[in-house]
This record gives sequence, C-alpha cells and structure tokens, in this order.
Amino acid sequence: MIVADQKPIEDIRKMLKGKKKVLAIGCGTCVAVCFAGGKREVGVLSSAVRMATELEGEPVQIDETIVQRQCEKEFIEHLGDQLGEYDAVLSLGCGVGVQTLADQFPGTRILPGLNTKFMGGPTEQGVWEERCQGCGNCLLEYTGGICPISRCAKQLMNGPCGGTDEGGRCEVDPDTPCAWFNIWERMDALDIQDQLMEIQPPKDWSTSRDGGRRKIVRKDLQKPKLDEGS
Amino acid sequence: MNQTPLKSNSRLERILAAGQFAVTGEIGPPKSHDAGVIREKCSQLKTYVDAANITDNQTGIVRMSSIAAGILIRNEGLEPVIQMTCRDRNRLAMQSDILGAAAHGIKNILCLSGDHQSFGNHPGAKNVHDLDSMQLIRMFQEMRDNSQFQCGEEIKGGGPPLFIGAAANPFADPVALRPLRLKKKAVAGADFIQTQLIYDMDRFREYMKKAVDLGVTESVSVLAGVGPLKAAGMARYMRNNVPGMSVPDHIIERMEGAVKGISNDDKKARMQASRAEGIRICIEQIEEIKEIEGIAGVHIMAIEWEAAVKPIVEGAGLYPRPEVEN
Amino acid sequence: MGHILKTFEDGADGVLVAGCLEGRCHFQTGNLYARQRVEHVAELLDQIGLEGERARMINISAGMGAKFAELANEFAKTISALGPTGLKKKPASRELPLPSGKIE
Repeated sequence: MIVADQKPIEDIRKMLKGKKKVLAIGCGTCVAVCFAGGKREVGVLSSAVRMATELEGEPVQIDETIVQRQCEKEFIEHLGDQLGEYDAVLSLGCGVGVQTLADQFPGTRILPGLNTKFMGGPTEQGVWEERCQGCGNCLLEYTGGICPISRCAKQLMNGPCGGTDEGGRCEVDPDTPCAWFNIWERMDALDIQDQLMEIQPPKDWSTSRDGGRRKIVRKDLQKPKLDEGS
Repeated sequence: MNQTPLKSNSRLERILAAGQFAVTGEIGPPKSHDAGVIREKCSQLKTYVDAANITDNQTGIVRMSSIAAGILIRNEGLEPVIQMTCRDRNRLAMQSDILGAAAHGIKNILCLSGDHQSFGNHPGAKNVHDLDSMQLIRMFQEMRDNSQFQCGEEIKGGGPPLFIGAAANPFADPVALRPLRLKKKAVAGADFIQTQLIYDMDRFREYMKKAVDLGVTESVSVLAGVGPLKAAGMARYMRNNVPGMSVPDHIIERMEGAVKGISNDDKKARMQASRAEGIRICIEQIEEIKEIEGIAGVHIMAIEWEAAVKPIVEGAGLYPRPEVEN
Repeated sequence: MGHILKTFEDGADGVLVAGCLEGRCHFQTGNLYARQRVEHVAELLDQIGLEGERARMINISAGMGAKFAELANEFAKTISALGPTGLKKKPASRELPLPSGKIE
C-alpha cells in the first residue's frame, strides 16, 4: 500500500495563510489504513489547524469531508458541487489523490496535507516500512523475496558492500537491517545460496522512474469505441 | 604469478607479474583546487611506493577529483591508482571518465561501491548507484578485453589498457561470506584487491586461507591493507565505529603502554612516543603479512600522515623499490 | 484524540483524562493506549502553539476520592498559571462540520 504521513501543522498553517474557508478531504483507502488521512485523522488535523490559525489571529474555517478513493475520478466527481464556496482544498490523500483532485478541478487550489513516503506495509502495529519502489521490472526471484532496490541504501544487485555493521545492520542507520545480509540468509534458508555467486548484470533502469512517467494501457479493458456508420 | 601478457603495463602490474612484493600508498586529495597539496603528498610517497591510490570523495565529502589528482601525481613521476565509486556517477560518466583517465596515461583503477552520502557534507544529495562495484569491474574488464562499451557497441581503436582493482573487507558481517565475495570479484574481472585495514593477524590468516582454497589468489593479487596507528584513542575509535574493523586488545594495550611514564602535559612527547609505537606495530604486521600464503603486497594507508610511509617501508625492508622493465 | 482536541477548540483551557491504575484496566491495555494518545495530544498542542501540559493523564481507582481531589486541584492550579488558551469559547452544542460523501 501507499504509506504517507501528515505534514507538520506549522507547514499546513503556512500553506493556508490568506485563505478564509477550506475544505479538508480525506481518503478511505491507503492513507486511512496508515492513519494519515482517514476520517479520524481529518478530524484531528482540521481541529488542530483551526486552533493554530485562530491563535495566529487569522482563523481559517476548515470543513471536513471524505471520499472512498481520491485517486479515481468516479469517487470525487460529486465534490464539484461543493467546491465553489471554498478558497482551497486541503487534500489528505496521497500524491496521486492530490493530483487527481487537481486534474478534475483545475480551477480550485488543491493543497497537499500529507507527505507521501513509499510503498510498503506495517511490520508491527504502528510501524510501516518501505518495501517497493516500483522499478518496473521485479527481480525478487533472484533475491529470495527481499528487494535490494527499496531496502538497500545503495541499490546493490551484487551486495553486500563492505559497510555491513556487526549483527548485519546497514552502515547508514543501525535500525536498518542490511538487506543483503538478509538476502544471503534467506537464499541459504531456501538452499539456493550458490545462485548469488552469479553476477547480476547492470539493471535496465528505463522501466523505473529514470525512464520518465510510466503508463499502463490495457486494450482489453478500455471502453470499446463504436465505429460511425458500421 | 601467471605468465600471461600484461593487460595495462602499469608499474603496479609489472611488479606483481615479476613476483615482487608490491607496496601501494594512499593520498587524500584536498577540499580545494590546490594542486600544491597533491604535489607535497606525492613527494612524501614517491620512491617508497609502487603506486598511490587517490580517494574519490571518500566518506561522501567533496574533494578534488581522483582522476584530476591522478594526472597531477603522474606528472610528478608517481603512478596513480585512481578510485571510482558507484555513488556519484552513472554508467555513462564512468565510461567517459575512464576513457579520459586512460587518455592521460592512467591505468590502475579501484572500483568501489562508495560510502553513503549521509556520512558526508552533502547528505541531501541524490545518490546514483546505476551500477554496483561488481558490475563496474565487469564493465571495465569488457571495455579492456572486448573493446566494448557497456551497451555492446564497439570501442573503435580498442579499449583502454586498465589494471582493475577492487576492495575487500574481510571482517564485515556476514563474515563467512567475504571470501565468496572476493571470488565473485575475481570472476567479475578484478586483477588486484586492496583490503580494508588489518590489525587482527589471526583472523586475517583464516580469511586468506579460505581465499587460497577457493582459488582466488591464482588470478588476483591481494594487497593487505595496513596503517600506522597514531594513538590508542584512534585504535579504539576504529574498532567501535568502522564496520568490519577488528582491532585486537593487545594492539590497543601496546599503544596505551607507549605513553606510560610520560607526563600528561608533555603532549609533544606523548605524540612522538605513540606514533613511534604505531609505526613499529605497522612494520611488524607487514613482516607477518609477508609470510601469509596468497598475499602479493601491502597497501599502506597512513591517513593524513604521509610522512610515516618512509620509515614503514624502510623498516619493513621494502626499500628501495625494485626496478621493473617495461 | 479528536474529542480531546475538539474540547480545546471549543475553548477549554485544560483537559484532564483519568484512567484506571496501570495493570488494573478492565480492558487490559485501554489505559495504556489512552496515555499514548494523551501524550500525542500534548505534542500536537505544542505544535499548535499551546502548552502541552494542558492535556494530562492521571491513573486512579474509583475508591481514591481524596487523591482525585488532590490531583484535580493540582491540575486546576497548573492551568490557572498557564492562563486561558486565547481561543474563543464556543458553545458545546454548535454543529461541527460533518463529513459528507458516502463511504461504502
């Protein structure tokens, strides 16, 4: 899932400076599950920002609403009727949600209330970790199900580097396990460790962010076009 | 060593091919464009080492580039070993830079992953890591031996004559893995290896035994990393803060013992005594290393203490450096 | 947490949350979660520009009447010293902006 967290209240207060009436829109999918932009979080954040702006002497009216998914047109179209009365929208959706709103309502100022961080999941209650960076060409078969692109600070394909700390920690952060230490352990547990002696060739990064904005077109799913006069 | 034709004809390669015990040193470039600093360090190492490494933005701190400094020392008559990390360059820049280096007569290249930028003075920089060190070794080997760019295109006129090196950290976790990684680098195309600083001779002997058993030393020359300790504090710091650094207690005790009996106020005398002991230990370690099977030389890292190289090389009976024919 | 914040928003100068003694919670860990949330509210208050001490959690059992009075008075003193938040007092029964838009 997409994991995000809220921007600091001070940053949001600054973003809303000069606005009198704002609509905060939450999202009921990914950001609700990581407790950044669901109904409750919208309530808490809106209350906090209303208080902060009132204390500054420039109170902002913040109304609250939520949609199931901010990233799909069908779930946000109905908002069009309401937006006229607001100076801006504070989206508590991920970056996709913010942009979908902005594309759908180009005449309305859509502001991001969250910092979208990564694709990942909860490893324990209250803790989410990055797992995938969408490189576009999954190589998990070579690494026993542990991704070196998202979990190795140097994105090594033939790791580990010489910086593995004692106990298999990454030199960059003692809280982070060395991904390659874990990969070798995992491949050993699967009894295929010798595969790691093969040299992984340079990755083709053109399927990743480096190649530019990605797009998937599924002809089998697109709306069929009716030919004129057939 | 083997009798195959030389790949680069660099002095380092010729020394190793002749079966001589090689000595390399290290130069840390300045955080400025002051060529004088390079020349000064060069003058302290010249004739005492066969070649000198020049670090590449080590620990993520911006310094004069390795290649540029390499050209400067080559002009002074000291052979460079330039270093290239995977952190700051993509495959285009790597190939472009190595062609440029070769155009200036540089032959020895050490391929490294590179310290993470969070350690340095530009922690917000984007890191590259288009390739890792294994792929970099292989890429340079194919440029040299197949006259081929990484994309497969032919390098007209032939590829650069390179002597390709890689680093090894024998004691970093997972320790059991490190000899296998060394083998992988040999298979990738490494010609020589320089290890991280070694202070634990027993563990190093175990590591080298595994390397020899794996057949690594048949195709790769391993140079053991050594370095004079300046003070007991430095030894403790390295043991506690540098990944894979194994510093036995008896070494730390010797360093502590060196300043016994000297008053705390006499900083100069304490420093001299400490440093003298550090050099003594380094010389003893080189003597031990010479006896280990599979070792082809030493890489002396006298960090910000280039003046120590002369007494170490002389004390270890490695001066003068041998003459080797072109 | 939303309830506590809305109470401050409505003009309360302090909010005292009382939970059972640790280890004696009927819901096992309910009082522990409550403490975490009150601490989070205190951090939010700091970020908003109010003093975090205005939100406090105490642990007390139903039979500790005198102790409760003592803690409540102590809290009232703290809040008096901090003074009013500066937020306008709003009627508790005012309509809060309700979420609109269906969630399936």
